[in-house]
Amino acid sequence: MRSWFNRLTNKEQPSVEPTQAKNTQGIYARFHIQYPGFELKVDLDLPGHGVTALFGHSGSGKTTCLRCIAGLEQADIGYLEVNGELWQDTQAGVFIPTHKRSLGYVFQEASLFPHLSVRGNLAYGRKRIDRTQRTSWDHILDLLGIGHLLDRMPDRLSGGERQRVGIARALVTNPRLLLMDEPLAALDLKRKGEILPYLERLNQELDIPVLYISHSPDEVARLADHVVLLDQGQVIAQGGLQETMARLDLPAVFTEHTGVVIEARVAEHDDEYHLTRLDFVGGSVLVTERPEPLGQRLRFRVDARDVSLSHHRVEGTSVMNILPVRIMDIATADTPAHVLVRLDVGGSIFIARITRRSCDQLGIAQGMDMWAQIKAVALLV
Amino acid sequence: MPLSDHDFSAIRLTLELASLTTVLLLIVGTPIAWWLARTRSRLKGLIGAVVALPLVLPPTVIGFYLLVVSGPHGPVGQITQSLGLGTLPFTFTGLVVASVFYSMPFVVQPLQNAFESIGDRPLEVAATLRANPWDCFFTVVLPMARPSFVTASILGFAHTVGEFGVVLMMGGSIPDKTRTVSVQIFDHVEAMEYAQAHWLAGGMVVFSFIVLLALYSSRRFKPGLA
Repeated sequence: MRSWFNRLTNKEQPSVEPTQAKNTQGIYARFHIQYPGFELKVDLDLPGHGVTALFGHSGSGKTTCLRCIAGLEQADIGYLEVNGELWQDTQAGVFIPTHKRSLGYVFQEASLFPHLSVRGNLAYGRKRIDRTQRTSWDHILDLLGIGHLLDRMPDRLSGGERQRVGIARALVTNPRLLLMDEPLAALDLKRKGEILPYLERLNQELDIPVLYISHSPDEVARLADHVVLLDQGQVIAQGGLQETMARLDLPAVFTEHTGVVIEARVAEHDDEYHLTRLDFVGGSVLVTERPEPLGQRLRFRVDARDVSLSHHRVEGTSVMNILPVRIMDIATADTPAHVLVRLDVGGSIFIARITRRSCDQLGIAQGMDMWAQIKAVALLV
Repeated sequence: MPLSDHDFSAIRLTLELASLTTVLLLIVGTPIAWWLARTRSRLKGLIGAVVALPLVLPPTVIGFYLLVVSGPHGPVGQITQSLGLGTLPFTFTGLVVASVFYSMPFVVQPLQNAFESIGDRPLEVAATLRANPWDCFFTVVLPMARPSFVTASILGFAHTVGEFGVVLMMGGSIPDKTRTVSVQIFDHVEAMEYAQAHWLAGGMVVFSFIVLLALYSSRRFKPGLA
């Protein structure tokens, strides 16, 4: 409570110019809700652009958090500012109702209005925004590939098509903030694969902040720039994707997903063996042939379980990717049998999940130079 | 012609009564049904029970109390008299008021069920698409609940056509004013005019059957989001 109050009083003092400037870009959200058996207490400071993933198990408070931001849930104590607009401040008695907030919300199920065609669904929100805010929706129809569906009724659409219409319906209101509550959760793997590329294009082409709920580490790694980890109604960690995923001090509930996300560039295609070399800061890895041209940026994820360590460069192995590393630190893992070891690869960070027995037998200690064998590289495209 | 002028007048009066009652019930019943479907108030049970009372009470009981309350010495009667409106019993207006009470559950309950099955989600979606609550009611709730409005109207209308006890208690049997078809049939039987009673009674059977047939064979719409 005090910090919100300070923020408010600070804003009114002209002497703190930088803070004020910072306040106009970004999303500041503090919510406190008490339900029987559940308490949500979050304090979020999120960038005003790019994709922020709210990541956590079911019951961690992700959806409640998003509903508070949308105003669908009214926190007992709350403060919310979105890129300079005050949407809620319980101390000042401010609560802007949902229909007056410039936001788009994509629900887990597409929730299209059954009595309206695709066109009617898309037009519903668009008709209700200020005339000057309306832009042509052709671009959004193109982005989501639904131009040919306009005259269909929702019950004549596939699950994936419905969800794309749901996303388009939120976007054509020209929102200042897009909230997405696991938009892929209700879809099978094939449909997910069908929508993910659309989501990536959206993120690249539209310049609005997106809050994206997910419990899939791969989805987060692929789409997000910024991550908030939630557990039991509390924020466990928040920050840039790579730094946050590479942290070792996260509670056990998250260590099963431990792994790092590395930003790389296509450096070389090996036509003989059908392999592609990806360069990242501090090293490179070989992966099976990629269609992307040289120079293209790619993200890959390396699961901590897929990294093993040795004192010497292992000879006679089928593992292609062996990197020289320096041990940064060692932490406990999700089971008492394992430890997590953070590795410095010329500036990039990898994590290895190995047994405590191996750690002791090899005498692994901070600052030691070793070799890491990377058994699998998951490309996030 | 088997039907007399009195019979035709009773039919016309019944249709007028049922139409007016149905329109009033949709106007009064919709907010009550909406409130019952959405509220978390402890009064929900109480109001719901009051609305449902006509389902179980003998119509004569409802008619009797309406008569007492709106009669010259009853509280409602005192008010209507002081407003210079006279009293309700034995007038067409009195019949309409009584019918609204009597047929209330037949309109409120289908609407309440429809509103409940629509749930929160469409309202939330509409709110995130900038629709204020009134806008949302007229552009989302009403269209989604339309089949239930048809059902509620048909049931309210048919049930009002079929009432007897309340009409007799509240309206008596004044030709052109309060003598509905059901009362006319009763009068025919009292006068041993069985042939005329048959024509009207048979007509009622056919009417009711056709209404129910239409209702039950129409495809039941399930409200919900796609």
